[in-house]
Amino acid sequence: MNGIVQKSGFGAAQIILGLSIAILVVMVAVPVLLIFFNAFWVHGEFNIRDVIATIREPDTYQALVNSLIIASGTTFGSTVVGTFFAWLVTRTDLPYKPFMKSMFLVPFMLPSFIGALAWKMLLSPRAGFINRFFMTNFGFDGPLFNIYSYAGIIMVEIMYLFPFVFIQVCGALERMDPTLEESARISGAGLFTITRKITIPLVMPSILSGALLIMLYSMAHFGTVAVLGIENGIFNIPTLIYQRIHQSAGSFDSIRTGTVLATVLVVTAAFIIWLQGKILSKGRYQIIAGKSFRPMELKLRALRTPLLVLCIAYIAFTIVLPTVVIFLVGGLKTYGLPFTWENLSLDNYKFILFDYKVTKDAIRNSLALGLGAAFITMFAGVMISYVIVKMKVRGKGILEFLGMLPFSVPGSVIALGVILAWSGKFNINLYNTVWIILVAYIARYMAFSLKANSAALEQVHDSLMEAARACGATMWQTLRDIVLPLVRPGMLAAFFLIFLPSLRELTVSIMLYAPTTRTIGVAIYTLNEDGETVVSAALAGIALILIITGQTLINHFTKTKRV
Amino acid sequence: MSHIRLINVTKRFGSVTAVNALNLEIAKGECFSMLGPSGCGKTTTLRMLAGFEDLTDGEIHVGDRLFSSPRKKFYLPPEKRDFGMVFQAFAVWPHLSVYENVAFPLRIRKFSASEIDRRTKDALHSTNLLAAAKDSPENLSGGGKQRVALARALAINSDVMLLDEPLSSLDPHLREEMRFEIKDLQRAYGFSIIYVTHDQAEAMALSDRILVMKQGEIQQVDTPLNVYNNPANRFVFSFIGLSNFLEVAARDGNLRTCRGDCPLRDALPRKKKQDAPGEGNEPPETLLAAQNFVLASRPSEINFTAEGGLRGIVVRKSFLGEIVDYQIKAGEQTLRVQKGRRAPGPEAGEACGISFLRPFWYAGEK
Repeated sequence: MNGIVQKSGFGAAQIILGLSIAILVVMVAVPVLLIFFNAFWVHGEFNIRDVIATIREPDTYQALVNSLIIASGTTFGSTVVGTFFAWLVTRTDLPYKPFMKSMFLVPFMLPSFIGALAWKMLLSPRAGFINRFFMTNFGFDGPLFNIYSYAGIIMVEIMYLFPFVFIQVCGALERMDPTLEESARISGAGLFTITRKITIPLVMPSILSGALLIMLYSMAHFGTVAVLGIENGIFNIPTLIYQRIHQSAGSFDSIRTGTVLATVLVVTAAFIIWLQGKILSKGRYQIIAGKSFRPMELKLRALRTPLLVLCIAYIAFTIVLPTVVIFLVGGLKTYGLPFTWENLSLDNYKFILFDYKVTKDAIRNSLALGLGAAFITMFAGVMISYVIVKMKVRGKGILEFLGMLPFSVPGSVIALGVILAWSGKFNINLYNTVWIILVAYIARYMAFSLKANSAALEQVHDSLMEAARACGATMWQTLRDIVLPLVRPGMLAAFFLIFLPSLRELTVSIMLYAPTTRTIGVAIYTLNEDGETVVSAALAGIALILIITGQTLINHFTKTKRV
Repeated sequence: MSHIRLINVTKRFGSVTAVNALNLEIAKGECFSMLGPSGCGKTTTLRMLAGFEDLTDGEIHVGDRLFSSPRKKFYLPPEKRDFGMVFQAFAVWPHLSVYENVAFPLRIRKFSASEIDRRTKDALHSTNLLAAAKDSPENLSGGGKQRVALARALAINSDVMLLDEPLSSLDPHLREEMRFEIKDLQRAYGFSIIYVTHDQAEAMALSDRILVMKQGEIQQVDTPLNVYNNPANRFVFSFIGLSNFLEVAARDGNLRTCRGDCPLRDALPRKKKQDAPGEGNEPPETLLAAQNFVLASRPSEINFTAEGGLRGIVVRKSFLGEIVDYQIKAGEQTLRVQKGRRAPGPEAGEACGISFLRPFWYAGEK
């Protein structure tokens, strides 16, 4: 017969695999390797003594300790807050639960450094509105609360990070088989005992995995510490890397300190991710319900109203108040004036949107970078996930390993890595151009795209593709006509998961910006540092409007699509 | 004396009535099954008895104690009812060992350490789990998990055991084995069983009495044999066991099948005999007057006749092992007939006659 095709050693599968590996190597692996290389390799030889010496320098050591203190405090606080609210909205008869649940997820959207800016305006020791209010009206000698402190930084980070635990625990509690609790109840246990002995232990893996996510995020978090810590000399690893590189304009010594700190971050992140994988694989119980009756609800009785008030107060204090402050300050003529109608106008907003080159550039840059990064990363993510999830080719193991990398490389490490890789080392110099930021965004958001796309691809059963092949379609036709239409929701999700966060990105952009390549985040941060508080607040307000509008559109879009 | 009494028990979810004015008495030590299609209210009834659902109206008494009564504003929470219960999805706690799972209800009741150990080991022994005591239930098979759930329910030595489709997550072979184990445990411990299932074989094998439910209403409460032999109505006839329904019309005083017009006279028994409503050699007057009725029969209660009877053609003959299953076409209607594998019978494609040993008559569906 004529139709027999020789099985070749090099075909479409190998091309896709090679391309996927190349993308991850160039975008992620090379920058990270260059960091390790620069940290450990001095004057052509391996040198670990210098690495230890760098870590033992007082400044660096303090930054490591600070990162640990802040991350531990944030993780502990967020876990308690997140678990408590999750339990409250899933397992009690608290009024307005659906509304509360959606409100507790709002901090996910809000950039924490904008929140930090708001809290600086509210609680900075001398000028903070709340502190001043207490000092003038109640005769306080000093500030009520100094936000420039460990406690202040941790408090602000908790407000913006607790949803990680909240959403995980909510999910676990909602999916949990209610008969696990009912069987404890028929065994004679009261609701309090059940919560303590059955419910909490069963959702513990979800709590821990959310907590580790927060730990990972907080260790490598730049914005809040940069806004609130630098005043009192509190640096963590990412802010110290930024400060060193920024101050010395990229001298060899500062790069070395940076790479050593970045190495510590990568190792810590890898450890946390390893631990999380361990907990998830070992401790994830099969607690998903078969048939579902409504889970039991604890009647709060006398506590119902106080807890409702607590929730509303929490939402008002942590979400509404900072947002309102940002918009109000953005409307002031000069920072420091009281909020009266004469002092408030839309002039600042008009100024930054139509007249001020710095902010106009920033908005344009962020939109372009976000769209570009989202498009490229979405398609690259589909291809790489396809190889990992669906294809059976030799050499896939390498890709699986490389695919893990984007998840464990924090933003500031990526920024440092792309500086090392794209500043002329390989005869390509992107430094001080907008392209270097694009490259860094792609590396930073690859993890999101891989996650969304592989989740979508796992839903597509192999037999759907095999059926297409059996009907006579080639691999390419199968991809085009069967696989891509089925994973389109996943691709769309990936696109927005990248586009929206990139609009508010700060950690990476701050290390890479040049005078004309500021992003929105960088512009807000630098304007604030330069004392242009009202303009910076107005830009933050615009950013909030962009993000919230975008998110609302997506929510609406995905909801109507599902029906 | 009846131990559990449900009086006018009613449950509504919004505008849907899940259980309507149910009256039921269950004796001490009885094995009582509730059977019905999904959504018939059997699980809701069990959950009201357990205390997971409150009643909309009515009362539940166990022994001389009141358990639920919305009118008297009384409701005893599940943890105070001292029932043993086994759930469909096992509901064995994965974070506790097998031993701790079984000891849990005893620890809650604050028994002494030695008493807890004695009773736990006793329950584990009865369920053949002693060797697995220290294991995590995650490592056990479905049957093993269900044994843990049983042992946990046994541990407190309750008078009443509530079983909510406890075997339907198991594979058929294991299901049969566990059925006998449950029965043996009941003999050893002497508890009553309230058993919810949609599997009639299970209900037949286990129960002293069966309740058949449909849309929140009781259809029949009787022994398994009586429910099978003397069904109370058309629903019970069709729900329990295999059944044929043949549309019949009366013309000029003669019974003939609809759609095909075959005479039925020769196919019916001569003697009038009635043990159950609807049974008889001819339809009751009320049905004859309504002119719309069916002849109900069991495939195993039909004989082949060489001549006479209802004439038909064997459309399909399948050998199922112990029995042979025939599909007979009479006029435009088809019937199933089942015979032992050694009994003589026609081949596929041959013409044949059939006669009904025990016909039942019910109103037609329209």
